[in-house]
Amino acid sequence: MNTIFGIPTPALYGQILIGLINGSFYAMLSLGLAVIFGLLRVINFAHGAQYMLGAFAAYLLLNWLGVNYWVALVLAPLVVGVIAVVIERTMLSRLYGVDPLYGLLLTFGLALILEGAFRYWFGAAGQPYAAPSQLTGAVNLGFMFMPIYRGWVVIASLVICIGTWLLIEKTRLGAYLRAATENATLVQAFGVNVPLLLTLTYGLGAALAALAGVLAAPIYQVSPLMGSNLIIIVFAVVVVGGMGSILGAIVTGYVLGVLEGLTKVFYPEASSIVIFVIMAIVLLVRPAGLFGREE
Amino acid sequence: MAVGTEYLAEQPKLRTSAIVLGAIAIAALLAAPFFFYPVLLMSILCFALFACAFNLLIGYVGLLSFGHAAFFGGAAYFTAHAAKVWGWEPLAAILLGVAGAAVMGLVMGFLAIRRQGIYFAMITLALSQMFAFICLQVPFTHGEDGIQGVPRGHLLGLIDLNQPLAMYYLTLAIFLFGFFAIWRIVHSPFGNILKAIRENERRAVSLGYRVDRYKLGAFVMSAALAGMAGSTKAIVFQFATLTDVQWQMSGEVILMTLLGGIGTLIGPIVGASLVIALQNYLAASDFPVLVLIGIIFVICVLLFRRGIVGEILEFTKRRSKGAA
Repeated sequence: MNTIFGIPTPALYGQILIGLINGSFYAMLSLGLAVIFGLLRVINFAHGAQYMLGAFAAYLLLNWLGVNYWVALVLAPLVVGVIAVVIERTMLSRLYGVDPLYGLLLTFGLALILEGAFRYWFGAAGQPYAAPSQLTGAVNLGFMFMPIYRGWVVIASLVICIGTWLLIEKTRLGAYLRAATENATLVQAFGVNVPLLLTLTYGLGAALAALAGVLAAPIYQVSPLMGSNLIIIVFAVVVVGGMGSILGAIVTGYVLGVLEGLTKVFYPEASSIVIFVIMAIVLLVRPAGLFGREE
Repeated sequence: MAVGTEYLAEQPKLRTSAIVLGAIAIAALLAAPFFFYPVLLMSILCFALFACAFNLLIGYVGLLSFGHAAFFGGAAYFTAHAAKVWGWEPLAAILLGVAGAAVMGLVMGFLAIRRQGIYFAMITLALSQMFAFICLQVPFTHGEDGIQGVPRGHLLGLIDLNQPLAMYYLTLAIFLFGFFAIWRIVHSPFGNILKAIRENERRAVSLGYRVDRYKLGAFVMSAALAGMAGSTKAIVFQFATLTDVQWQMSGEVILMTLLGGIGTLIGPIVGASLVIALQNYLAASDFPVLVLIGIIFVICVLLFRRGIVGEILEFTKRRSKGAA
């Protein structure tokens, strides 16, 4: 059997794949956080809860209405996006004038409400959600067997990340968004409806989180706790990458996911804290984050 | 983000009434165990001290720590271990917990003060989560079980703390010590520089203050006092578990302070009393506490950001201005 540094290669590739999958979710979630933060100056603590909500939406659509995975992939983000728009209009928009920490506290409260309510209804245990039949099974890549669904998640998340990046960098809407990030008052003076832009951005960010949640449902179990466990790691990812650049958030997400996977191979005891350790080192060496700008 | 209520100190008349109110409050606390369940009171005192320690940072330096559970729960582990495994005298065990929390505060603070505002909150949250993972894995914390059956022991080898009243008065003494320490810090020249940093950090820098050192100092003090609360709790309840180091606990202490009034001295005490009483009341029902805590968060942030005490102070301030 082939080995690298005394580790059998299939185990190594397996952990790299798991790392890549986790990294896909880190990337998608930190991307959404960065988009929301860029314009609204709010750290969306409810991002994890919105991800959980996406997974539960898929689960409930399947079990209550018999809606399949592919439709849920569109419907769940839409539902969560609409909820987010309502939240932004009724609550978050009242906090734009005050200290940004209040936005964090508000969304933290919302996250607790969502997590608590789902825990009350469904218990803390995870619910299984089967992958669609088209994506079950595995392919032999020559050096390892790859479950098709996992490959699909990596590809889908890449498409989503690149798509969002293109939307922001290359379209007219994205140009408005970037301009409003730089100077909202000036953009409003040019006749762009900035409040609407803020609402849409929050809705889009939440929809991205929900989309990630649907993708995650067949891999991790659908559980009320899935969001809060993930969001804190994503915060660390965001601190490492710095929120100045969308691309930076994406790259940092994947790289940290893979590093975490590799740690699982070489020093499993540290795998749950490796991202936080990297965060601490980055703070010592480059406090603004790898892709960040000092403000 | 604080409301700035150095108002009491400026008004001699109010200052006297504050002293009178303080004396009444202490008398009430001394008499309280004869009227209420001492364990509930001790729980309130521990959390009130925790919230006051947290408030030192958010209220007077403007730094929102989302990781104070690490100091509270970490100190509880240290104290529980010293009292149970090493058989230390309770006060010595508590002191060890405080020292441990201060060292942790030094390390976490050193990293976290490199960023401000929202980043500071995220970094403290991430570091405390890392600590929680470590607590889950290292053997001395006993993982999911926690350290159970911690002996209360004899205070200085003399007073048996298994008597509820003795335990209560020790807890009260520790609480009052912590509260007056915070009061002294806030009203010292050091505290004034902290407030200057809160109001305008750049100006404080330009005046020649080494802002980072002051922030780190405040962070360590806040961590040590939070640790004191956690250590005392470990002796009172005779256990230390993962619950106390997890992020939900950091969230709870934020809520207590926010509800009572950020940047007011007694706000955190009011907030802690309300939250603990509420949790105690709801423990019998099956209503999800997490949902209620979330709802209170949302209401506080949207409707009264000054908190209960802060709003009352603001109201009396406005009325006295109107009369004059």
